[in-house]
Amino acid sequence: MSTDTHDITVAVNGTRYKRNVESRLLLSDFLRHDLLLAGTHVGCEHGVCGACTVIFDGAPVRSCLMFAAQADGHAIETVEGLAADRDHLHPLQQAMRDCHGLQCGYCTPGILMTMKAFLQDHPAPDEAQIREALSGNLCRCTGYQHIVEAMQLAAERLRR
Amino acid sequence: MGTANYFNYKVFSGGPELEQFLTPCGNGLHSSPTVLGLFADMKPAPFRYVAARTLEQALQLKAEFGEDARFLAGGQSLVPTMNFRLTQPAILIDINPLDGLAGVRNGGDRLTIGALTRYRSLERDPATVRHLPLIHEALPHIAHPQIRNRGTIGGNLAHADPASEMPAIVLALAGRLRAQSTKGERWIDAADFFVGALTTALDPDEMLTEVELPTVPPRSGACFMEVSRRRGDFAIIGVACTVRLDADGRCSEARIGLCNAGDGPVLAAEAGRSLAGRRLGAKEIAEAAELVQGAIDPGGSIHASKEFQRHIAGVLTARALTAAGERARAAAGTA
Repeated sequence: MSTDTHDITVAVNGTRYKRNVESRLLLSDFLRHDLLLAGTHVGCEHGVCGACTVIFDGAPVRSCLMFAAQADGHAIETVEGLAADRDHLHPLQQAMRDCHGLQCGYCTPGILMTMKAFLQDHPAPDEAQIREALSGNLCRCTGYQHIVEAMQLAAERLRR
Repeated sequence: MGTANYFNYKVFSGGPELEQFLTPCGNGLHSSPTVLGLFADMKPAPFRYVAARTLEQALQLKAEFGEDARFLAGGQSLVPTMNFRLTQPAILIDINPLDGLAGVRNGGDRLTIGALTRYRSLERDPATVRHLPLIHEALPHIAHPQIRNRGTIGGNLAHADPASEMPAIVLALAGRLRAQSTKGERWIDAADFFVGALTTALDPDEMLTEVELPTVPPRSGACFMEVSRRRGDFAIIGVACTVRLDADGRCSEARIGLCNAGDGPVLAAEAGRSLAGRRLGAKEIAEAAELVQGAIDPGGSIHASKEFQRHIAGVLTARALTAAGERARAAAGTA
């Protein structure tokens, strides 16, 4: 089995990175190991759990089901890009904190990136829509109730 | 190694030889990213990657490498199997740059959907919503929003998972599929396309490039229903049906496709034919549902026994035919 490498340029959270990557390097591992953006978590590594969700060209996707080489010339947002600065959480993060929407926090980055895009498309979602939007992200701690409440609160704050 | 908890621990299983690369500089976190990348385990087996620039180039590579090459579309089925090393292609031909393969063309009595059209685009495409209500109804059942953002109709159909929704739908709609290679192109009827589990009629040098589906004829209705353990999970059983009424309100044509009911998507042809020329009453529908139960061969799993799957297939068929019949009557009334 032979392999090859590719020179790629990727914009992550507005910063351009140039790297040389092996073909089989997953986008999730590229973000974590090559760019040291370890906020993107890796759970199942086959597309089930949603922990590795990032926003790729505006749409949330599983970064464990893409290769870094595919990201050449594309724009990615990760959880590191959410908060404006060290002292101010993004409204989604603040709402998760206020509503106790996380316990261990492993699934949280994926949920935040999924819901950031969702709330842009649905500024005033009802509970059923929020649960549908969350369906691709597994959380083993919270039982989801507080996450749903956090998203309702975040939507309300983002509408102001 | 204070930063170890930032990474998959396997990265650090490199032992002493890794230590030498982690020379302290500030907090160690920024010490040597490329070296860390080098030591990270890679899930898939090695392969060559080519981002196709043209359709011709992609077909040329497939002709050259045959079964050793795989097309990469959305990757939502292929990449998991690669991560498990169940699939180990020598070369991956990425067709995502080929914008010409994406999009829906409205040809009046039929819609032509490019293989690279993502589920999310179909969900938002007005022509699909209006003219292919069966697909619109099924889309929310297909995995999750993040998967639908990436997954493509062509990738799904070429993957031919028997539990997947879209093959059963394309069967129920009597669609046809366009296969292209360096030698030319051919159209394959859906009934001939799906050969078995993860197996299609595509030759090793062919690419599925388009799907052509008839739009809703007058006095017709369709319905998709499925039962799964959780939202977005694979169906325990899924049913896609279309019915068409004649001027007297009798059924002139009915087609019933099922997912996760056998080695491939199942077209319950006899059950469909049994309804032709009859009214879609409770008795007729119950008889068709029984024929469906006899026609399928579900595999059973820890989540659902064969018997349970067969039971569900009967119940869903009856419900879906009833709903499709009501929709067809409503359409006839407004026509």
